[in-house]
Amino acid sequence: MSNAKEVNDSNFEAEVLKSDKPVLVDFWAPWCGPCKAIAPAIDELAAEYGGQIKITKCNVDENSATPGKYGIKAIPTLLFFKGGDLVDQLRGLVAKNKIDESLKKLL
Amino acid sequence: MNTVDYDLVIIGGGPAGLTAGIYASRARLNVLMLEKLVPGGQIIVTDWIENYPGFPEGLPGEGLVEKFIEQAQFFGLKIETGEVVSMDLSGPVKKIALEKTTITARAVIIATGSSPKKLGADKEKDFLGRGISTCATCDAPFFKDSVVAAVGGGDTAVQESLYLTKYVKKIYLIHRRDQLRAVKILQERAFSNNKIEFIWNSVVTGFDGLFNLEKVFVQNVKTGETQQLDVEGCFVWVGIQPNTGFLGNSLKLDDAGFIAVNARMETSAPGVFAAGDVRNTPLRQVATAVGDGAIAATSAAHYIESL
Repeated sequence: MSNAKEVNDSNFEAEVLKSDKPVLVDFWAPWCGPCKAIAPAIDELAAEYGGQIKITKCNVDENSATPGKYGIKAIPTLLFFKGGDLVDQLRGLVAKNKIDESLKKLL
Repeated sequence: MNTVDYDLVIIGGGPAGLTAGIYASRARLNVLMLEKLVPGGQIIVTDWIENYPGFPEGLPGEGLVEKFIEQAQFFGLKIETGEVVSMDLSGPVKKIALEKTTITARAVIIATGSSPKKLGADKEKDFLGRGISTCATCDAPFFKDSVVAAVGGGDTAVQESLYLTKYVKKIYLIHRRDQLRAVKILQERAFSNNKIEFIWNSVVTGFDGLFNLEKVFVQNVKTGETQQLDVEGCFVWVGIQPNTGFLGNSLKLDDAGFIAVNARMETSAPGVFAAGDVRNTPLRQVATAVGDGAIAATSAAHYIESL
């Protein structure tokens, strides 16, 4: 069971844009090798930041409106939101400490 | 003898490093593998591997990686995440500096692989992840029924372009020469695929678009003429560069920057070995990386015994 909460087209606004905490959204798909490779790091960070930052995942296979809205053309893509605004992003396979740096800036 | 943290440290967790790990673990060396991202290396982004013996039906790159890791861990290989910042390889105790700590070892195997080269074209960086990609298996579904470009003429460029044809409406395959370098079986498949249009003798000079990629500018190197292609994506497969940034001047490199080794995978520094894509090899495949890894680990074990 993943520590990261699944978000989708219908709950994206409530779970991400109107969240009272900063949010990380990991856009992924089951057929993407690097997405699977990055998943353990996302899970660990979800456990580490539990109370302070909401860590979520969005499956682009099942949801097209949200990835379309943010112009996502490559995965994994990590988007960082604060107060409903997109404030940071990481594209492609990145190391856990790089994600950690971006999360620290959200606090 | 000086005390060290490990007999052997393997830097890099692709096929070369994992094979070295299997051999070193079976030799009962006290060995650590360091990987900066996740084990697997370049083959994680390879959609299909059909030339590695033992898997007659072929399998996805990540599937092969999982088997390598399982086998290495069965023999007790310890794998940690960490990026090497610099190394001191001059003495009998090798010092490997990570971001927060330094570890010591009697021998080191460098198996850090290589990374896809960039084109160096105008606005390339701006559109990375906004239409420019190097991973067809990751990103092809975003270009369903679209027109895309691909750049390159080697095995990777042709194989991945063939994969893209399952999704896209059309691919312009842009190559700077007038014939492909890819292995013949892939050429035959590409020439008989009517979704691929070849643009020969041409290089990409720039990219443009409002938010995501919309245009690729292509120049014919023979005539000097430039044309604009309207595409939503551009996949870049123009070769590789070795991941050697952390080495400084500590080892002898060949003219292209790959680590120079002999048939025993020995570098210019005693007790330091290199294996796989990062070394001066004539072929960069899973099958060759695996052979390099086995030789490097065996040479490292002999070196440690001789101390």
